[in-house]
Amino acid sequence: MPGMAAILRLAALALLLAFLLTPQSFAPLFAPLTQYGAPPIYDQGNLLTLALAHLGTVCCAAAASTLVAVGLGILVTRPSGAQFLPLSRTLVNIGQTFPPVAVLAVTVPLVGFGEKPTLIALFAYGLLPIFENTIVGLQTCPAAVLEAASGMGMSARQRLLSVELPLALPLILEGIRLSLVINVGTATIGSTVAAKGLGEVIIAGLLSNNNAFILQGGLVTGLMAILLYDALAGLERRICRTAHLD
Amino acid sequence: MISLENLTKQYGATAVVDGVSMVIERNSITVIVGTSGSGKSTLLRMINRLVEPTRGRVLIDGADTTGEPAHLLRRRIGYVIQGYGLFPHRTVAENIATVPRLLGWDEARIRIRVAGLLSVFQLDPGAYAHAFPHQLSGGQQQRVGVARALAAEPAVLLMDEPFGALDPIIRAKAQDDLLDIQRRFGTTILLVTHDMDEAFRLGDRVAVMSHGRLLQYDRPAVLLTRPADPFVSRMTGISDRAMRLLSLTTAGEAALPGASDGPAVAASASLREVLSELMWCGAESAAVMDADGTRRGRLTIAAILARGRPG
Ligand SMILES: Nc1ncnc2c1ncn2[C@@H]1O[C@H](COP(=O)(O)OP(=O)(O)O)[C@@H](O)[C@H]1O
Ligand SMILES: [Mg+2]
Repeated sequence: MPGMAAILRLAALALLLAFLLTPQSFAPLFAPLTQYGAPPIYDQGNLLTLALAHLGTVCCAAAASTLVAVGLGILVTRPSGAQFLPLSRTLVNIGQTFPPVAVLAVTVPLVGFGEKPTLIALFAYGLLPIFENTIVGLQTCPAAVLEAASGMGMSARQRLLSVELPLALPLILEGIRLSLVINVGTATIGSTVAAKGLGEVIIAGLLSNNNAFILQGGLVTGLMAILLYDALAGLERRICRTAHLD
Repeated sequence: MISLENLTKQYGATAVVDGVSMVIERNSITVIVGTSGSGKSTLLRMINRLVEPTRGRVLIDGADTTGEPAHLLRRRIGYVIQGYGLFPHRTVAENIATVPRLLGWDEARIRIRVAGLLSVFQLDPGAYAHAFPHQLSGGQQQRVGVARALAAEPAVLLMDEPFGALDPIIRAKAQDDLLDIQRRFGTTILLVTHDMDEAFRLGDRVAVMSHGRLLQYDRPAVLLTRPADPFVSRMTGISDRAMRLLSLTTAGEAALPGASDGPAVAASASLREVLSELMWCGAESAAVMDADGTRRGRLTIAAILARGRPG
């Protein structure tokens, strides 16, 4: 079965690359979806450039979410920061429940159109899974292990860096992966405020009533999400195996 | 030498350790026994300051333990807990090297020390140095836990129910090993248990705790023959106290001059074991032999029974 999965994965990657590098060769496939001789392949920009910009935005937002969520997760699991747990949880939950579109509406007047409001929306939307997983990872370190670490004479900082974070790492990575994958899809809304990304393709399709564009934007986004999820899961397994955290 | 002076820990209004004063001799094994919740672990954890006392103080070789940061103090004190708390993401060798690394020993010295400890604890370095804790049996994990605690050659070793998770046969072996280790390194050991047999077997002195208070602190034989409190006699067990008393003396210590045609017993055997052997063989006396095979003397049933009486 792992053989089968690997083949599917490779096929998906090959399909994605082929489409991004030579979109015109797929024109016959998409032609039936168009009407009145409209272009079957998105022609208002380079698909590869858009996909890379999309991925770049998502990764920047994820990096910021990771920094803040892991930092906050560490803070609220220290005895001195425990009092901030309810507040932090509320804030992070708002970040997730407040619709990203609404975040755009609020931030555009403040920071203008383009990447910035999108980054802020994705950042806020991606905090929750990383934050919660960091907390669970840190809180489920076995009590005896923590007691031994302190008993051996590790300072609080040494204990955090050499015991708690390594043991929490698998869960933290899982949180980052969830956050990234959710945001690959969510990032399409950035195009409503003129951020470069695959949302552009979908919006162009909606505006010109071109189903081929909509499908292309959706397919590329979906394939990227699936492949990213898969790749990160593999990376996670490898990191955990070399660190013997399984 | 460790001195506890009026050591008290309160949580809210309850004193879980209540005015405990005792002096722990250097190079000895002191065992703290008591029922669950009597404050044994809290007492132990105040010595390495994992718990800060509400009142009272701890002196190690005359120096107050609050004189340095707690984490530096702990690097000089070995600590073994039930469940061991081995670091699951680190190899056996890395686990054992924890405190030497914290102390900044150079790698060559650490390597030699780890190899030495692995062999003392009967863990073949080839097979186990690079194994991970989850690959070890319970008995092996326990030994790694003790090896890790002893790695930086601490003068004091604190052990909180270190054998609690072992089955009886492995536990007996681990107890023997601990006695060996204590003799070999001269470590001052303070061990917590709720198992009276373990206390009698290991302790040069035994402290009995109940509800946070130290009821009696003495040699095991004194706890049996002159209990300070009804609770102490209940803890030490009334029904088999004579047998317990016999188990505290070795044949070598009790041997009388003379020969015997009865069974040969080792000088290191306890009188309880010798008596059992004599009953089993239907003999009146036994020949006590040293480890090297020379005759130490003899023991009669009457002489053994006399040793099982108080006073
Ligand atoms: N951090 C704490 N907060 C409140 N009560 C505690 C704490 N630690 C221990 N206790 C209480 O102190 C008592 C003694 O605990 P402990 O020293 O662990 O006993 P033992 O090791 O003899 O079983 C118990 O009743 C326990 O519930
Ligand atoms: Mg306890």
